[in-house]
Order: sequence, then structure tokens, then C-alpha cells
Amino acid sequence: MGLTDKIYKYIFMIIAFSSFVFLLGIITVLFTEGLPVFSFTSVINFIFGKSWYPTAVPPEFGIFPVILGSLIVTLGAMILAVPVGIGSALYIHEIAGEKQKMFLKPIVELLGAVPSIIYGFFGMVVVAPFVQNLFKIPTGQCAFTGALILGVMAIPVVCSIAEDALSVVPKSYREASYALGANRWQTLWKVIMPAAGSGISTSVILGISRVMGETMTVLLVTGGAAMIPGSIFDPVRPMTSTIAAEMGEAAVGGSHYHALFAIGLVLFLVTMVMNIVAEYIGRKYRIKLGLDV
Amino acid sequence: MKLLNVLASAAILAGLCSGANADKKLVIDGSSTILPVAQAAAEKYMDKTPGITLTVKGGGSGIGVASLQDSTCDIANSSRPIKGSEIAIALTKGVDPKATVIALDGIAVVVNPSNEVSALTKKQVRGIFNGSISDWAQVGGAAGKIVVVSRDTSSGTYEAFGALALMGDKMRPDAMLQAASQAVATTVSKTPGGIGYTGIGYISDVVKAVTIEGVACKKENVWNNTYPYSRPLFMYTNGKPQGEAKKFIDFVLSAEGQSIVEEQGFVPLRKLK
Repeated sequence: MGLTDKIYKYIFMIIAFSSFVFLLGIITVLFTEGLPVFSFTSVINFIFGKSWYPTAVPPEFGIFPVILGSLIVTLGAMILAVPVGIGSALYIHEIAGEKQKMFLKPIVELLGAVPSIIYGFFGMVVVAPFVQNLFKIPTGQCAFTGALILGVMAIPVVCSIAEDALSVVPKSYREASYALGANRWQTLWKVIMPAAGSGISTSVILGISRVMGETMTVLLVTGGAAMIPGSIFDPVRPMTSTIAAEMGEAAVGGSHYHALFAIGLVLFLVTMVMNIVAEYIGRKYRIKLGLDV
Repeated sequence: MKLLNVLASAAILAGLCSGANADKKLVIDGSSTILPVAQAAAEKYMDKTPGITLTVKGGGSGIGVASLQDSTCDIANSSRPIKGSEIAIALTKGVDPKATVIALDGIAVVVNPSNEVSALTKKQVRGIFNGSISDWAQVGGAAGKIVVVSRDTSSGTYEAFGALALMGDKMRPDAMLQAASQAVATTVSKTPGGIGYTGIGYISDVVKAVTIEGVACKKENVWNNTYPYSRPLFMYTNGKPQGEAKKFIDFVLSAEGQSIVEEQGFVPLRKLK
């Protein structure tokens, strides 16, 4: 290898490893800034405490309502995004003709390209009042509205990854199915879906990660009450919006500041576990199909 | 917006250092409520006064006072009078805190324009925001759930409202959180049962400000001290303001400085022409 080659090799190696360095930096900061909160409160009281009054005297750092807020909104969003996302992927990949495909694919991608602040603003000004009038509830800024909008935002993620999964199902599978006399519907449900199954699960998990980490939209549309909601029509405050709303003014190095980092740590660990699971399933499925790992 | 501050002060610093001889320095620290005023005033002041560098920080009134005690700042902004214990500590360190009132803060309680309630007592407001009153019928309105809209726990308005209206009670846990005064107004305007609070400068036509103990939230009533949810905002110095600190505080008190106060949503000390 010549000197120039070597130089290029190392330059690109540094670039490739920079992601790893960034990740390491983020993890380090989350731990060093998040863990000190446990000198003010115990892990149990932090995770399962029901009151979040970070600036009261004495402060209370219970993030259970906030965790619950994230979970409810995420669950609701996936109830919308999974059937619609996977359904769209199936239609676009398996049923739609070339012309429809040419139209639908960019549309779904465009839906994913809309900035989240636009979704949030639209949700706050248009969707929330609509939901409020429709269900005759005191406020439209609630878990339901948040789930609705995040669900729409997750559709492109689920759809495009599910479509990728469908596209790696070998053509021979389809041909074999048709050769056995199966019709298109049977082929879709009994052959293609199971073959792409783990890839589709990956799309769902990545959709969940996307929704959980979403900040701007939930800050604007979920109402932001840090309490355990009685129904899906109550305002909730997910983890992300708590951090976004409060970090700006929390005194650096104070207990509130560390508590917000600890919420970030919880959020990071949850999404990291999900991504690892998604990676694992994805890998397993490629092996199953006899593709390159 | 701590990061913004740091960036802003860094930018100001950089701008000045690259310019001429920036030999004179003034460090301002303290209340996040006063921060926007101090920041805007500092920028204007530096434009007018070559050769001076103002660094404006905001971590809270307590931090400003601590910083003044340690002589790490020249001016400490505070949204509350300094405590006796803080003066005692300052004196042991040879610092003698003296207050200058630079602006007034008034907080309006706002409801949806369709709400027939247009007057509340201090007791009712406290009850509504601490959670002991939850239906409009309890305060003389049409029956319906009260939807409380609050600011994030870190905002200066939240802190002021907590001190003035809640008197130390905790904000009810089901209060909705909005990250900006504008968002409070928007939410209340779209929620028939909504009630929120906002700085006097942010009252708009989309919401209705209620009277408190029969007194309307107007500048006049803040000036004559009849509106209950108002308070003075201070700048503390070591001894009476002198030198560069005096020049800057005089600028804040001038007509130009007071118009900045008004622009930032606070009440100037006197009527501006």
C-alpha cells in the first residue's frame, strides 16, 4: 500500500470512528451529569415517585408520571402507525402498479420530511381544537392528540423500513408460492409476510424509537401536565418535553439539572435497548433467508 | 436560556475584544426574570459606549446575590428583596448590598373570552392554581372543569406567580405546561374552561384578563401599588452604584432604558412619553 493510500485509509477510519466517539461522549455526559441526582433521591423514588416538583422547596423528583406519559403516547401512536405503515408498505411494494408506486413512494417520504415543529404547530392550532370539539373534552391538548400526530409522523419510518424488508424477500419465494397454486392474497399473508416478518418487526421498533424521542411535537400538543393521566384524553408530559421545557433555566450543577439529565439517561437507555433488539432481529432474519450478514 | 446567554455574552465579548481597547468590564449576574431586560439593555449600552464589555449571566436571583457576596459580579439582578441572612453573609465579606429598583413586574390572570367570570379574589386564584377549586361554578361561573395552564417550572413568570399568588403552595399537578407566554395565551384562547397567567406585557386580545380583588391588571394599578400580583425588580450593587455600574444603571433608568423594560414585557417605573 502506497503512502497516499495509507493516508486516505486513516482519514476515513477517523471519520468512521467519529460516530463512536460522539456516542461515547454522549453516554459519558449522561452518566456523569445524570447519576448525581441519586444523592438527592433514591432510584426507586426517582423512577416510581408520583410528584415532579423540581423547583419546590423541598424539591420532589418523581418521574413516574413522565415515564407513563411517554409510554401512553408511544403506544397510541403505534396503534395508528403500525397498521397504516405496514399496510402502505404492502400495498406499495406488492399490489400497486408502477404508476401508483411512482406517486405513493415520494408522498410517504415527503410525509417523513416534514419538520417536527410543523407537525407540532399544526397539532396545537388545528388538531387539538378539533379533538376538543369532537369529544367535548376540556382541552384538546392531551395524550390522544399527541398519539394521533406522532402516529402520523411514524408512518413513513415504519412504511419505508417495512418496504425494505419486503424487497429483500427473494423472488423465488413468490414464484414457488404461485407455482403451488396459491393466489396473491395467500402468497402475501402466508409467504411474504412471514419471510419479511423480522424486518417488519424492526420497522415497528424503530418507529417506537422515533416516537419516544420526539420532542417538539409533544411539547406543543400533549398539554404537559406532569400527573398520572386518568384517561387518554388527559394532558400528559412525556420525558422529552420535560427536558426541553426545563433545561434552559435549570441552574447548572443543581439537583434539578442533574434530574433532567437522569431523565435523559432513562430515555437513552430505553431507546438504546430498542435499537439493539431491532438490530438483533434484523440480523437473525437475514441469516434465516440465507443472505449476507 | 442559559446556553443562549453564554453564546450571547461570548459573541459580545468577541465582538468587543476584536474592536478597540476593551479595558472596562462589568459583570451582571442573577435573576432569569430580569435577564432579557439586562441583556437587551447591555447590548444597547455597548453600542453607545465604546470600550466597555458587559457580561450578562442569569442563573437565578439567589445565584446573583451569592455572586455579589463573592465580588464575582458588579451588579446582581434580583426579582426579590435580598434576605437578611444574605446581607449578613455579604457584610462578613466586606460587601454592602444596596438596591436600585429598575422595573416593575405585573402578572395577569387570563381566561377565555367566552368565560363569564371576569373578577376573582386572591383566595380564589390561589385555590384554582393549587388544586382546591376545580369547577367554574365554585367561583361564580357556569359549571365546567377549570383547565389550568401554567408555565414550565423554570420560567421567571412561574416563580413570580408561585410567590405572589400561590404563596408557597404547590402548583396543582394536572396543570398544563406551556413553554412560552405566547403558548399560554393560545391555549387559553382555544380552551373555554382555560385559565392561565402571563406577564403584563403579554396580555393580548385573544384572552381576557380578570380583575383581582376588583383591581384590573393595568400599568396604572401597578404604579399605585393596588394590583396584588406585582413586584419590583432590583439591581443590587456593593454600596451605592458608582463608576461603570452607576453609568449602566443610570442608562437602564433613563427613558431609553425604560422603553427596553417595556419592550421586554415589564412595567417601566414611570409613564413613558
